[in-house]
Amino acid sequence: MEALRDSNHRPPLSVAGLTFNYGPRRALDDVAFDVRGRETVILLGPNGAGKTTLFSLISGLFAPHAGSISICGKTLSKAGASALDPLGIVFQAQTLDLDLTVRQNLRYFCALHGMSRAAADRRIGEELTRLKMADRIDEKIRALNGGHRRRVEIARAVAHNPKILLLDEPTVGLDVPTRRELIADLHARAADSGVALLWATHLIDEVAETDKVIVLHKGKVARIGTPADLRAATGTPNLDAAFAALTAGEAA
Amino acid sequence: MNATHYFRAFSGIAGRELLRFLNQRERFFSALLRPMVWLVVFAAGFRAALGLSIIPPYQTYITYEVYIVPGLVGMIQLFNGMQSSLSMVYDQEMGSMRVLLTTPLPRWFLLLAKLLAGVAVSIFQVYAFAGVALLFGIDIPPWGLLAILPALILNGLMLGSLGMVLASLLRQLENFAGVMNFVIFPMFFLSSALYPVWKMREASVWLARICEWNPFSHAVELIRFALYGQFNLLSLAIVFSTSVVFFLGAVWSFNPARRFRAGRTA
Repeated sequence: MEALRDSNHRPPLSVAGLTFNYGPRRALDDVAFDVRGRETVILLGPNGAGKTTLFSLISGLFAPHAGSISICGKTLSKAGASALDPLGIVFQAQTLDLDLTVRQNLRYFCALHGMSRAAADRRIGEELTRLKMADRIDEKIRALNGGHRRRVEIARAVAHNPKILLLDEPTVGLDVPTRRELIADLHARAADSGVALLWATHLIDEVAETDKVIVLHKGKVARIGTPADLRAATGTPNLDAAFAALTAGEAA
Repeated sequence: MNATHYFRAFSGIAGRELLRFLNQRERFFSALLRPMVWLVVFAAGFRAALGLSIIPPYQTYITYEVYIVPGLVGMIQLFNGMQSSLSMVYDQEMGSMRVLLTTPLPRWFLLLAKLLAGVAVSIFQVYAFAGVALLFGIDIPPWGLLAILPALILNGLMLGSLGMVLASLLRQLENFAGVMNFVIFPMFFLSSALYPVWKMREASVWLARICEWNPFSHAVELIRFALYGQFNLLSLAIVFSTSVVFFLGAVWSFNPARRFRAGRTA
């Protein structure tokens, strides 16, 4: 009960009034939303909407010009890097060390999160088994295909049991069966472990009917709601049409 | 974040650097070969052309090979510092720098851990070189090799920090050739590594002045004096203060508030 109250009062992620400029160009303008425990929040926006910039701000790679980011009750600008502990991140671009093995990459990440070798090996084993990668543990990343590399990145992002998982277009470049598997696995994680997901994409078919959708357009939040809310608000028959209406026809 | 977390993170960063070093055997052999070529080939020619007077810390005439050993040790550390810089630019291009910078540890600690790991690699290379030099019959006081360890650590920190600052300024690996031409070569040749400053003064007072102001000269002199059980306070002060300035520069250059202005992520 206490945990439930805590999760109600302190969402894993809270973003308020977030503004960011690249020189004279405003990339994010007064962006605000919450992500609660077990929630899957889809950040839907066309290319250039500001999704990756938003992720760079939440993960502390950039500092905002205005607004605040709170992770599990800790304000990033005040708490500094320690606020990042509950975050797991899958970056859009590949971030694995190609010349190290799967195990070496994952152990390195676990060490950065202060995990003991035994705890790291246990979690690595669990996650690679779940992602059907256990037999590739001693292969170098360079030898893996794109889908397998993406699985390793997901295993890495969840190895320290994060409270919130940031996924920046995690299925880009993957074939259809691999995409389907990863989408199903990520949705299942939110249900199984209670981890909250903030999932940036421009692919409508990655959205489930129960997800919360934030439509980001030209750096602003155009709408927040379930797919049904968005359809109702725009008077459209499906999410594709709703997204197109909210982004003035720029949908990918 | 407690001390155990910091220790494990440091072990992870150092372990990764070590693995990368072991995976790049050619890096180790080139680090060893480069100074050996200077020592065995160039020094033979230079010995005939270059007369050396007795200057501190030497108390008698020495051969040119003996003179350049501290300079070559400095060269190993200089190239290793730049190699670390190259490795950081590669990490930025490949994205693994993002993973490091989004961990829940202060940025100064992450950079310091990476720096110390690079210093450890450079010290390993120095002792491998010293071992081979001894095998070639170069007169190096064995106890002096132990005495230079603090100087090696400090020099490694200075040159590694410089490499980090350079890495933060470079956007692509292709730009690294500029570092060779505008940083490594001037730092090395305009120093006391290959010839004493008094010898340089005979050619040009200005060049001698640049040598005297070059922090790399002081890194070399710190090693040279320590190798003979002596202490060079001026060099220590310059290398220490330069290390602090370069390290603060590295922390500043990887500050998120600065990096977005430069349009970079990691």
